[in-house]
Amino acid sequence: MSEIRTFQPQFQQQKPSEGQAYAPQPGGAPGPGGQMGDQSDSAIRAFLRARGNSALADGGFRALMVLCGFSIFGIVALIAIVLIYRSGLVWHNFGLRFFYTYDKDPATGQPLYWDPVNGHFSAVPFLYGTLVSSFLALLLAVPLAIGVAIFLTEMCPKMLRAPLAFLTELLAAIPSVIYGLWAVFILVPLLREHVNPLLSKGLGWTGLFTDDNPTGLGFVSAGIILAIMILPIISSLTREVMIAVPHSQREAVLALGATRWEMIRMGVLRNARIGIVGGVMLGLGRALGETMAVAMVIGNTAEIHRNLLANGASMASVIANEYAEATSDLHRSALTELGLALFIVTILVNALARLLVWAVTRGAPAQAH
Amino acid sequence: MGVGIEVTNLNAWYGTNHTLQDINLHIPANHATALIGPSGCGKSTFVRCLNRMHETNPIARVTGGVKVGDVDIYADAKPVEIRRRIGMVFQRPNPFPTMSIYDNVASGLKLNGYRNRRVLDEIVEKSLRNSALWDEVKDDLRKKSGASLSGGQQQRLCIARALAVDPEVLLMDEPASALDPVSTSKIEDLIFELKSQYTIVIVTHNMQQAARVAEKTGFFLNGRLVEFDSTHKIFTNPSDKRTEDYITGRFG
Repeated sequence: MSEIRTFQPQFQQQKPSEGQAYAPQPGGAPGPGGQMGDQSDSAIRAFLRARGNSALADGGFRALMVLCGFSIFGIVALIAIVLIYRSGLVWHNFGLRFFYTYDKDPATGQPLYWDPVNGHFSAVPFLYGTLVSSFLALLLAVPLAIGVAIFLTEMCPKMLRAPLAFLTELLAAIPSVIYGLWAVFILVPLLREHVNPLLSKGLGWTGLFTDDNPTGLGFVSAGIILAIMILPIISSLTREVMIAVPHSQREAVLALGATRWEMIRMGVLRNARIGIVGGVMLGLGRALGETMAVAMVIGNTAEIHRNLLANGASMASVIANEYAEATSDLHRSALTELGLALFIVTILVNALARLLVWAVTRGAPAQAH
Repeated sequence: MGVGIEVTNLNAWYGTNHTLQDINLHIPANHATALIGPSGCGKSTFVRCLNRMHETNPIARVTGGVKVGDVDIYADAKPVEIRRRIGMVFQRPNPFPTMSIYDNVASGLKLNGYRNRRVLDEIVEKSLRNSALWDEVKDDLRKKSGASLSGGQQQRLCIARALAVDPEVLLMDEPASALDPVSTSKIEDLIFELKSQYTIVIVTHNMQQAARVAEKTGFFLNGRLVEFDSTHKIFTNPSDKRTEDYITGRFG
């Protein structure tokens, strides 16, 4: 924008002198070309003069680009408006209660979390499913991702570095439905046949792992598949912030007699930690909103279980599963309200994450010099 | 107290670049020894060979012998043990920005698992006094980060960090070249103070600095040690023509 502004005055200043140069000589031959117009370059000059000052085209271009730029705001605003508008019915009927309470069967006292046919709606089981599966994913993915990043930046032979980094980032490009398919065919049977019985035997006493689900679907399956999906994002960002740590920090620690691990812990991870937290939050943002793969393996039962091997549902998965078949306005509105909540949370998480990563890579550790 | 260093037939490479060729010299204990020479002459590589920092670069290679006290550091010890005994101060101050001033000084000891709070407090104070920084930071020891200090203070903090592990040798790779004249003179005073307790090897571009702080001076050129003698002799009556040309400012 500033370039255009500074350019225009120069352009206008040139015009008078141009005019003088081409002005007909007093008493000379008529016509805008004057003497010079008779020379061999007249065709070019006439052509260029005929183009005018291009103000219209320039202005048009500028307006178009501004429109493109602001369309981002427009899109975000439109999404928000539609979500708010479409979820109005549930907001009107339940208010904030939608997010923290649920109906109970007056006869048995059993919770009725979500029963669209009979008009029971609550976000609680989906909030629970989303949080539990995302938290499991972070628990599994963060140590692995940091390990991958450490190996790639500090230990990997140069030859292997580029292919490995490329492969890790390729993981992020695989469509989530493919992850879902892989999970359904490989991961879920594996968990069902081998892992879940072991978890149940070893950790059953915690109450978190009770192998009473014959499907093999559930929170653990969803958490593992999410972990694989967010691994590349966390490890590539961790790698980025680790690379941003100046070499002098590594040398400072080494010169104190540090081993390789101590050097990485004190000289690299410590300096990069804010950025790593940012990377983890970015992974969390993706895990919260991930839809397809989760919908394929979480089991899609709107229930709350302490048992992580039980079926559940997440906010994203229930929208994907039910929206097309939702018949009542209230049902659609409830699903939209879940979408709105997801929209707000993921935007906040992502914004915070980007801010943290930016704080590190823009050169905060460089203060060290 | 410091120990002497005996260097025999030291050769070093960066990739195919033969940066140090057949260096032999004896660095006396409890004195300051200055290494001068034009950029790229190998003097920094040389000090980095004395605590095995040179080999942290994967393409670097070293042959020959370096005896620090009684220990041949390339034959009898692992790099980690060597670096615990030999402190190093770098050209650009590199305190740990995420640590407080106190933790910066204590970092070497904490790294090696030293946890006695009372002793740590004493060592931190002593090291900061030794590096002439105590009076300027004593009220903010735990409040301020190492990166919040000025450049000269940061460098003295790095010296305190190196001193806290009570090294036998202190290597300084152009410790004042990134600093203003006032900070530089503080660092020089400090070297003058410290050299009775530590063996100090200081690389410098600044010949006056070498003349002011060091008893012995070595002149490096193109990866070779041209001359090594008392500082007085080097600066008044050098035996090699190239040394004379360099100290009189005819090149470099």
